[in-house]
Amino acid sequence: MWKWFHQWGSPPHFYRRAGRWLPWLGGLFAIFFLTGLVDGLVFAPADYQQGDSYRIIYVHVPAAWMSMFIYMVMAVCGVIVLVWRMKMAEIVLISSAPIGASFTFLALVTGSLWGKPMWGTYWVWDARLTSELILLFLYLGVIGLYGAIDEKRMAGRAVAILAIVGAVNIPIIHFSVEWWNSLHQGPTVTKFDKPSIHWSMLLPLLLMATAFQIYYVWALFLKVRAELLQRERNSRWVEELFRS
Amino acid sequence: MSLSEFFDMGGYAAFVWSSYALTLMVLVLNVWLPWRQHRQALRKLKRLHRQQKASKS
Repeated sequence: MWKWFHQWGSPPHFYRRAGRWLPWLGGLFAIFFLTGLVDGLVFAPADYQQGDSYRIIYVHVPAAWMSMFIYMVMAVCGVIVLVWRMKMAEIVLISSAPIGASFTFLALVTGSLWGKPMWGTYWVWDARLTSELILLFLYLGVIGLYGAIDEKRMAGRAVAILAIVGAVNIPIIHFSVEWWNSLHQGPTVTKFDKPSIHWSMLLPLLLMATAFQIYYVWALFLKVRAELLQRERNSRWVEELFRS
Repeated sequence: MSLSEFFDMGGYAAFVWSSYALTLMVLVLNVWLPWRQHRQALRKLKRLHRQQKASKS
């Protein structure tokens, strides 16, 4: 575990390993995404109450899950940055932010596209929707704060603190539909009881959720590699890439 | 199920298809932008190294 931690903490190692993983991640993502897409749009039955509009769930829910998962990754990286001053954790943190922000945006917009035909409105100021909107602002805050501070080590520590503090919002998002009355439906999958959704509808959801998870690692590795090459351009390992 | 029925999505076509189109856009952008950033950085470094070599010899 510690060895693994140290290896991935080294920029040249991360750059090379991530580079080797890229085609596999892309391929695996494509397989899960395409089967999930076909299964969700074609084979899953229509909902007896919501008709075909519920099919938005297959992009909405995985996007919402990723919006929270990626923020937690950033918070964990924030702790590593503050405690061990590890540069790789800082790069993973800041590279995750735009991906997380776009998934949050996606969850909000697909949610409102689902809300319009089902609730009769694109938006309500209830706990679930508002806390997810706050999550979007937290992501944008991390990106903005990092860009606003010139000294990179300083900027890294500042966004680490913001990422950690903002993490209190994550359980609020998750439990908001239980703590407050909401138009938003309660959880159907992530609860301790058996999921209250038929497997023929659940399967494409799980396929898409897996696809999004793999996608995050793929997109993250691409972004981290690009960042590494720019930041470490004067270091020896980058020089060695071009010595031939 | 006919093809036109499929595209109609039980009357919810506008909502369903715009959700999926937006998802596709987000997925493409988050891969394409860093890929381009990486390629540009590589090109720049290659040019730099060629110049260094040329000035040394």
